[in-house]
Amino acid sequence: MRGYLVRRSLQAVVVLWAAFTVSFVVLYLLPGDSLSIKLGGLEGTATQEQIDAVRGAHGLDDPVHVQYVRALGDALTGDLGTSAQTGAPVARTIVDALPQTLALTGVAMLLAVFGGAGVALAATFTRLRALRQVLLSLPAIGISMPGFWVGLLLVQVVSFQWGLLPAMGNEGWESLVLPALTLALPAGAMIAQVLAKSMTTALAEPYVETARAKGAGRVRIHLRHALRNASLPALTLAAVVSGNVLVESVVVETVFSRAGIGRLTAAAVDTQDVAVVQGVVLLAALVFVVVALAVDLLYPVLDPRVGRTV
Amino acid sequence: MRFSVFAASSPPRRLRRTAGTGAAMAALALLAGACNGAGDTAANSAEVGPPRSGGTLTFALAADPTCLDPQQFGANASLNVGRQIVDSLTDQDGRTGEIKPWLATSWEVDPQATRFTFHLRPGVTFADGAPLDGAAVKANLDGVVALGAKATIAGSYLTGYRGTTVLDPTTVRVEFAAPSAQFLQATSTMSLGLLSPATLAKTAEQRCQGDLVGSGPFTLRSYKPNQSVELAKRSGYAWGSSLFAHPGEAYLDRLLFKIVPESGVRAGSLESAQVDAISDVQPQDEGRFASGYTVLTRPNPGVVFNLQANVSRPILAEEAVRQAIQKAVNRPELAQTVLTPKYRPATSPLASVTPGWVDLSAQLGHDPEGAKRLLDEAGWKVGSDGVRVKDGRRLSVDVIFAPLFNASQSVLELVQQELRKVGVDLRLRKLAPGEQNQVQAAGDYDFAYYNVTRSDPDILRTLFSTKTVNRLKIASGELDTVLDDQAQSLDPAQRNAKVAQAQRIVAERAYVIPLFELSQVHGLGPRVHGLGFEASSRLQFHDTWVSS
Repeated sequence: MRGYLVRRSLQAVVVLWAAFTVSFVVLYLLPGDSLSIKLGGLEGTATQEQIDAVRGAHGLDDPVHVQYVRALGDALTGDLGTSAQTGAPVARTIVDALPQTLALTGVAMLLAVFGGAGVALAATFTRLRALRQVLLSLPAIGISMPGFWVGLLLVQVVSFQWGLLPAMGNEGWESLVLPALTLALPAGAMIAQVLAKSMTTALAEPYVETARAKGAGRVRIHLRHALRNASLPALTLAAVVSGNVLVESVVVETVFSRAGIGRLTAAAVDTQDVAVVQGVVLLAALVFVVVALAVDLLYPVLDPRVGRTV
Repeated sequence: MRFSVFAASSPPRRLRRTAGTGAAMAALALLAGACNGAGDTAANSAEVGPPRSGGTLTFALAADPTCLDPQQFGANASLNVGRQIVDSLTDQDGRTGEIKPWLATSWEVDPQATRFTFHLRPGVTFADGAPLDGAAVKANLDGVVALGAKATIAGSYLTGYRGTTVLDPTTVRVEFAAPSAQFLQATSTMSLGLLSPATLAKTAEQRCQGDLVGSGPFTLRSYKPNQSVELAKRSGYAWGSSLFAHPGEAYLDRLLFKIVPESGVRAGSLESAQVDAISDVQPQDEGRFASGYTVLTRPNPGVVFNLQANVSRPILAEEAVRQAIQKAVNRPELAQTVLTPKYRPATSPLASVTPGWVDLSAQLGHDPEGAKRLLDEAGWKVGSDGVRVKDGRRLSVDVIFAPLFNASQSVLELVQQELRKVGVDLRLRKLAPGEQNQVQAAGDYDFAYYNVTRSDPDILRTLFSTKTVNRLKIASGELDTVLDDQAQSLDPAQRNAKVAQAQRIVAERAYVIPLFELSQVHGLGPRVHGLGFEASSRLQFHDTWVSS
């Protein structure tokens, strides 16, 4: 087990390094740079000498490999640099924005997992064919609705028309409801779809027959026997989905005017704020690595057969 | 998508004589614009009883200010916030362009416009208690120069700055190496707004993030990036500009800016009264506020949105080609079709609210036949695909632009169609924000599309003099002389004559193809009163109040 963890940690380091390097190269290849943006584009009145002076001071005129080694070295010592736009340290900028996004994505994932699993279980449990059809078609609808559209619709109806919840901001749980729902909808729909499918498969397995022959009740067969096996693919998916939720927060935080990692990312990409974008990329890579590891460690708990191969 | 609006169910008073009935949205927008075209909308002062002190105003900004220091940053969102925190030596009357007393009660300028002596109002303090005296003024001006490229706008106002001498605690003399008539107007801007010496000691980055103390009617309470900026009334404020409608403290206790990037969400938040006012009402949303709301609008002074020629390019070096393009553009059509009536067609390289502006609309008329004649005479013959050709070269030019203003693409597409009718091919090159400086520095473009806001005609010298940025890439000549002359004179009659001459040269030689005037368009809910623009079309909240 320890060897496994060491191996996984080494893999994680490689993933983080690769994410850092690829994002550095992509951002370097883009034309222009962040400081030119800050000094004003076509409408700016900065002279070329002023622009050159700032570029020089920020080391933007150094050869690319020098810039890369410097950035990587700084990142290794925990210094993610400063934002070219605001001048604030990137690490602090991210730490300031992170709680808002964690709250949002956390609530969204809870809604997605419980809502998605609820729909899937209800669909496989019910004996009413019509209800089952309706429930099984819900995920497809949920997945096919684009996030920004759902968000704008919720804002228009729930906030502007009914006046029930605020349309913007980060204050209080009220401001969390609509954006979390918007995020949870596609995520929950994916979980529901996969879980319903694997539940259907599991319920046709011989061990379910055995359990039924032993006189186990329907609830027990569903939750105790079938769900445990059927949850493995759904769990894998939930890990992927939790990464997607982070990505979707870019759109949702913009629509709902929330501060957070998503807005930070959108603004940083707009202004080619390399240090901030790289900080966010590292964060996203870290989240993926940690979630994937957590899921891998959960497998043996759910299915002892998986444990033997570790 | 349009939903019912409870907030507007009982419109308090018609703020301007806009259309009062619920006609179709488009018709309303047109009508409202037709009546509001007059520019300065000194909002709604003489209505709902006397102004009331107290309360909070929530204002939704379209963009995060990113950096709050008005000396460093030039984005509208930053300046709209920064203006409330800092005071200036002088103030500028937006209607006449005249410079009026604020922190300086009087001033003298030598005949060469190189020495400016200001007499400060005694007893003014920054919010941290530090006195606003001659030493503080000197520290600020020296500080702007020290910021260098971190303060490009404020820095350009101090070109040729030789130094400031503190003659006594309330008298300072600012000296320039060369005539700089624009400096007097520059002292009225928030870019040269005064910050506490303690603030000046901080790093540029700390100041950007809100470590800012000024002497203004509001103080900064908090700045949460991408979320909000909170200002509070400065108690004991007693040194307002002579242009403010009332002396003493601001009416509002609290001014809360929320950052709401989505235009539809901003509009809906105003309609559902979740905010009191919003910035940057988009043309498609204007109709929603035709009745029961105030749409506060004013053109930005300075250089209008234009196609500025790069005269070093072979095709545009030919004056006849530039002049033909000048004639081929239909400016009123731009304002009527792709924009709204809140945006005015350009009548000069300068916007109509800029001091020294002259109306050149007669020279900038739409004359496609004249354009064709000019091109025929210059030897450009219509080719097989409708684009003219001379010596095997197609009459095809590009324009670089950045999508900062939403309607830019449609404006340029319409210009493209109009030019096509006279046989000129215009290629649109949309640049990423970071790309512009490089392309511009390399000179690898024919036309550049942009505008610059400045409430002083000296902006022409900043952009077009061969001694400064020389964007036109022309050889020094008549234009330089005229631009230098206007910089030497503070006598309005003399200076305006030179400024008019400069505008004529730029328009007649078609160095610049003026298109339309950018407007600031804000939407105000029924609670908001007394909000108006200062001379550079940024907001001034000192006289603003909210009804309960």
